[in-house]
Amino acid sequence: MTSICMYFQVHQPFRMANYRVFDIGKHGNYFDDKKNEEVCKKVAGKCYLPANKLMLDLIRRTNGKFKIAYSISGTALEQFEKYAPEVLESFKELAKTGCVEFLGETYYHSLSFLYSKEEFEAQVKLHDKKIKELFGQKPKVFRNTELIYSNEVGKYAEQMGYSAVLAEGWDKILEWRSPNYVYQPNGTKKIKLLLKNYKLSDDIAFRFSNRGWTEWPLTAEKYAAWISAIQGQTINLFMDYETIGEHQWEDTGIFNFLEKLPFELMNYSHIEFKTPSEVAKMDSVANLDVPYMISWADLERDLSAWVGNKMQQSALNEIYKLESAIKKSDDKKLLEDWRKLQTSDHFYYMCVKYFSDGDVHKYFNPYDTPYESYINFMNILNDLVLRIKKPGRKGLFVRLMGKDEV
Amino acid sequence: MKVLMFGWEFAPIYSGGLGVACAGLTKGLVKNNVEVTFIIPKKTGDIQTHVNLVSAAEMMENVTTFQQICINSPLMPYMNSESYQKAFGQNFTAARKNEGSESLYGQNLFEEVHRYAEAAIKIAEQETFDVIHAHDWMTYKAGINAKKVSGKPLVLHIHNTAFDRSGGHPSQQEYDIEKHGFHSADKIIAVSNYTKNMVTKHYGVHPDKVDVVHNAVDFDDHYVDAPRISEKDKIVLFLGRITLQKGPDYFVEMARKVADMIPEAKFVVAGSGDMEARMILRAAELGLGDKMLFAGFLKGDDITRAYKMADVYVMPSVSEPFGITPLESIKNGTPVVISKTSGVSEVVSNAIKVDFWDIDRMANMVAGILKYAPLKETMTEEGLRELQKISWDNSAMKCIDVYNQVMK
Repeated sequence: MTSICMYFQVHQPFRMANYRVFDIGKHGNYFDDKKNEEVCKKVAGKCYLPANKLMLDLIRRTNGKFKIAYSISGTALEQFEKYAPEVLESFKELAKTGCVEFLGETYYHSLSFLYSKEEFEAQVKLHDKKIKELFGQKPKVFRNTELIYSNEVGKYAEQMGYSAVLAEGWDKILEWRSPNYVYQPNGTKKIKLLLKNYKLSDDIAFRFSNRGWTEWPLTAEKYAAWISAIQGQTINLFMDYETIGEHQWEDTGIFNFLEKLPFELMNYSHIEFKTPSEVAKMDSVANLDVPYMISWADLERDLSAWVGNKMQQSALNEIYKLESAIKKSDDKKLLEDWRKLQTSDHFYYMCVKYFSDGDVHKYFNPYDTPYESYINFMNILNDLVLRIKKPGRKGLFVRLMGKDEV
Repeated sequence: MKVLMFGWEFAPIYSGGLGVACAGLTKGLVKNNVEVTFIIPKKTGDIQTHVNLVSAAEMMENVTTFQQICINSPLMPYMNSESYQKAFGQNFTAARKNEGSESLYGQNLFEEVHRYAEAAIKIAEQETFDVIHAHDWMTYKAGINAKKVSGKPLVLHIHNTAFDRSGGHPSQQEYDIEKHGFHSADKIIAVSNYTKNMVTKHYGVHPDKVDVVHNAVDFDDHYVDAPRISEKDKIVLFLGRITLQKGPDYFVEMARKVADMIPEAKFVVAGSGDMEARMILRAAELGLGDKMLFAGFLKGDDITRAYKMADVYVMPSVSEPFGITPLESIKNGTPVVISKTSGVSEVVSNAIKVDFWDIDRMANMVAGILKYAPLKETMTEEGLRELQKISWDNSAMKCIDVYNQVMK
C-alpha cells in the first residue's frame, strides 16, 4: 500500500500598521486592523470557506476514506476568531469528522527556533493549547515555520513528545534517496521524519495554472496516474492552503481538480489516504542526516528569504535581544505585541533577493520595497523598546541601534 | 552609420543632466560603430573627453569617428526666455566676459535658437550623414533645418518638455517650437515612459511615433576622495537646479521634520537657480540656518564628493523626465529617495519612491535611512548590483534601432 498524506498550511500574519519615525514614543497600534480584516475576509471568501466546504464534502462522500491535515498558525486562528468566525466554525466541523488532523507549530509562525529555544518552546506550547481548545485534539506531529528543519529541530520535536516532524524532501539532503519513505532524524530515538514530495506538491501549488507548462492542463486523472506509478510508503503533498482559490484562482479549475482527485486516486487499490500521525506509525527505512537548516522556500531551500541580508539580521537580532527584558516586565500586551512582531512574514518582506526581478516575493509583499518594510518594522520596534518598564530604581535603558546601551 | 547630432552641452562642460546624457549616449554609440558629429552652441576651454574635440574650422580636415563642432552662441541650457533676459540683458557684458564668449548673436533666447538653427543649415550642407538626431527644444529647429537641406530622417530626443520646466504652465513659444518639432520628426525618443505619456497627452503625438530609451550611468570614472564633514554629522543631499521643477521647497520643508527627529542631520543644497534666495529665506524661517548649507553650483569632482559625503540623496522633483543624479548617487554608494514623478523611477528598484508632495513620508524615509545603518548598506549593495544592468551600451543599442527604423 502507498499512502497519500496531504497537509495544508493555513497562515495569516498580523500585518503592520504604517508606523513613522515620528510615531516612536506615541505607542500607537502596531497592526493594521483594517487591512488585516480585509485580507482575512477576502481569503476566507476565496479560499477558506469554499475549500473547507469541499473538504468536508469529500470526507462525507468517501465515507471517511479521504483524510487531510492542517497546520494553522495562532495568528491566523486569532484573526478568524476576530474577523471570520464562520471560518473557524468550518474548521471545527472538519475536526469532528475524525478524518482531519491538526499539526503543531509555533503560535506566532516565528523563526524563534533560530534565536531562542526558550521562546520557541513557549510558542509551541501556546499553539498546542489553542488547538486543543478549539478542535479537541492535541497535535501529534510538528512542523516548524516554513518547514525550517535540521537534525536539531527533529531532536526538539522528539523531546516535546511529537511522533513525527515534517521537512522538505530536498535533493541535496536526500541525494539518491526517495522522499516517498518514512525516515528517522539523525540523533533521535523514535520520532519519524516525513518529507515533502516537492515535485508533485508544486505541480498543484505552482504549476497548476501555468499554460506554458508541458503538462498543462493538469487533470485529476493524469495526476492520479502519476502517483499510482510511484514506488514507496507514502507520498507527502504539502502546500499552502491558500493555493486553493487564492494563489490558484477558482477559474483555473483548481476546485474541480481537487473534487475529482480523491476518487481518481481511490480507483487504484494500492492507494489510501493517511494523516501524518498515521504515516508516523509505519517503520522508518533509514536515518536521515540534515546537519544544516533547510526550508521549503525558493530555489535555494535555505533561510536566505528571512535572514539573508543585513536588515533582516539586524531586525531579528534586535527583537530577540529584548526577550528577557520583556518577559521580566510582566506586561501581557507588550509580550503579545513583541510576539506578533516575530512572525516570519515581517522579515520576508525585507528580502532583497530577486527584488529587482520582481517575482513571487513581490506578490506577497505589501510594501513597495524591502527597505520601507524594514524602516516600518524598526520604527515599531523602537516604540516597543520605550514601553519596556524600568525595573528597579535606576531602570533599564535600552536604545536600539545606539551605542549607549546600559 | 553616420549621425549628425545637435545638442547644447556635453560633459564635462555642462549645467545639468543633458550634458551627461549626451556624453554617455554618444560613448555607447561610438562603441557600437556609429560615427557621431556632435554640434554644440559653443566650445568652452580645452576639454578631454572620449571624443576628439574639434572646432568648426578644423572639422573639415580632421574627420574622426566622433567630432564635436562648436557654434559661437551664448545659449544656456534649461533657461527660459525670462531668465535668459536677466542673465544676458542688462549685464550682458559681464556675462559675456564670464563665459568667455567671443561674439554675440543676440539678446533674445528665441533669436539664439533661430541663429543656432541657421548655422545648422551650413553644417548640414558640409557634412555627410545618414540620420539627424537633436536633443531638446533649443535644437529642434536646427534639426528640422538640417532635414530640409539634406532630406535625411530626423530623430528628436526629449529629455525635458516645457511642461516639466514650468510645473505645468508652459511658455507658449517653447511649447510651439516643441510641438512643431514633434510633428516634423520622423521618430521621437523619450527618456522615459513618463515623458512619452506627457508627449502623447499634451502634444497630440501618436504613441507609436515615440520610442523610450532610458538614460544610464557611466562606470569609468576615476577615483575621488571625499572626506566627511565630521564623523557625527548625517548628511542629506539635494543636488540640482534650484527651480520649481526640482522641488527644492519640498526638500526644505522635509528637512525641518527630519531635523526634529535626528538632531545630527545636516542638509546640503548643491545647485543654483531662480528659487535659491527664497529657499535660503525659508530655511532661516524654519530655524534651519545652522543645519542647511547652500553649496552653490558644483562641478566635476565636487559633485562626486557631494554624493560620497552624503548619507542619503533626495530628489523631490515635481516633474523629472528622467533624472540621472540618483544613478550617480547610487554609483557613489549613497542610497536615494526619489520622486515617483520621474523617469528614473522606472529603471531603478533599489530606491525609495515617494510622492514629491508627501513631505511626511519623505521625511520618514530619510530619517529611517539615517537612523538604521543596515539600510544604507543593503540599499547601496543591491543598488550597485542593479546599476550594472543599466548601461549606456543598452541605451545606444535602442537608439540604433530607432535609426534603423527611420532609415528604411
